[in-house]
Amino acid sequence: MRHDHLITSKQLSRADIETVLDYAAEIDADPSTVADRQAGTLLGLLFFEPSTRTKMSFETAMKRLGGDVVDMGSVESSSVTKGETLADTVRVIEGYADALVVRHPKQGSATMASEFVDVPLVNAGDGAGHHPTQTLLDLYTIRENAGLDDLTIGIMGDLKYGRTVHSLAYALTNFDTRQHFISPESLQLPREVVYDLHQQQDGTGIREHDALEGILPSLDVLYVTRIQRERFPDENEYQQVAGEYQIDAETLEAASDDLTVMHPLPRVDEIAPEIDESDHAAYFEQAHNGVPIRMALLDLLLSDDAGIRGDGDE
Amino acid sequence: MSNGHDHHDGNDDHELRVSKIRDGTVIDHVHGGQALNVLAILGIDGTNGEEVSVGMNVPSDRLARKDIVKVEGRELSQDEVDVLSLIAPDATINIVRGFDVVEKHRVERPDVVEGVLSCPNAGCITTGDEPVTSRFSVLEDGVRCSYCETIVRDEIASLIDT
Repeated sequence: MRHDHLITSKQLSRADIETVLDYAAEIDADPSTVADRQAGTLLGLLFFEPSTRTKMSFETAMKRLGGDVVDMGSVESSSVTKGETLADTVRVIEGYADALVVRHPKQGSATMASEFVDVPLVNAGDGAGHHPTQTLLDLYTIRENAGLDDLTIGIMGDLKYGRTVHSLAYALTNFDTRQHFISPESLQLPREVVYDLHQQQDGTGIREHDALEGILPSLDVLYVTRIQRERFPDENEYQQVAGEYQIDAETLEAASDDLTVMHPLPRVDEIAPEIDESDHAAYFEQAHNGVPIRMALLDLLLSDDAGIRGDGDE
Repeated sequence: MSNGHDHHDGNDDHELRVSKIRDGTVIDHVHGGQALNVLAILGIDGTNGEEVSVGMNVPSDRLARKDIVKVEGRELSQDEVDVLSLIAPDATINIVRGFDVVEKHRVERPDVVEGVLSCPNAGCITTGDEPVTSRFSVLEDGVRCSYCETIVRDEIASLIDT
């Protein structure tokens, strides 16, 4: 893995992914082995959108590596309110920090920002575009629960605006997977994502559906995302589809006993709380995995020792 | 072609409707109705005094109906010709000097066009106030924003940054 920046999961090969996941597993098993790996290193956190899990897990990861963070704080308290551009902000914070993590509401923001800095820049979500570190922790969770080859995965909910979905779908094309996308027609995958998936996997492993029923029994993993009420111009239209994409214990009666249910969180009502205690639920484990994954990724991006950084290069 | 007649198809009546030029560029075999977009993509709006002749929807053997654009006193660069290919993929470029066509070639599609098209995605970082030049990769059947990755297949001309 020799990327200067991590902008999209499309830039990750199978070997890259396995390098990060394997290293995260080592860290997860014994975090003390890396406690001082990044002593003296500062990570700049630039979050132009609200974030709890992603921001805190990056901060935790950096501190558990022995480093520290400098945080831009909320948009309201930053120079953004004075009209400063993202390009200027990243160039300024580049002078303070050894790497940057950027979340911004505009698609393509991380790509643009990376063109203005020399330190490693990690995309922590660019509008409806990409969220590659979420994908790495998703893959880690999937590998732990179901394996990453000969995998049948259902990805359900808001597929149009869901950046976690786009990133995950791209990354899964590196593995032997069958991907079933389940959504209302108005929230289907963007055509550019479908275009890319067909380019990467010649379309043979990709299917789109408007209902979970029928496909559920064949799934090893069901990845649920929130159907966002605000995306619908008409409340009635939302009410008509919302119930179709919520799962509860009754829904899962048709599923395999080994089905793993995932969700990037936060959830609202798309997964009933009664599933939390079942063997199917992996979403809190998934959130926990954000720390070892981001520890592994940051250490790989910030370290020069080829023993770690060079592993798995194709 | 060296006699100053800069296109073959159509008949003489139609050809005469567009005057010959002494020195400059004739862009022939533009799809019917795209001539004004060709001018827009070249940044020609007449305010700099350019002498331009336009023939629109002229009968053509190859395209049925074609547009012709003649720009006096200006030879197009290869970059300009490449960009033209996005909206005029069948165009022929004739460089004219002293009423003679001295070069004639077809357009070729570039891999990337920069600073020419605006992204139609309001959520794209290039649509804000950032100091960034638009960049699109050219696909077989459209263009794709290098930042937000939006693909545009139809109405590329409407994205021309004028």
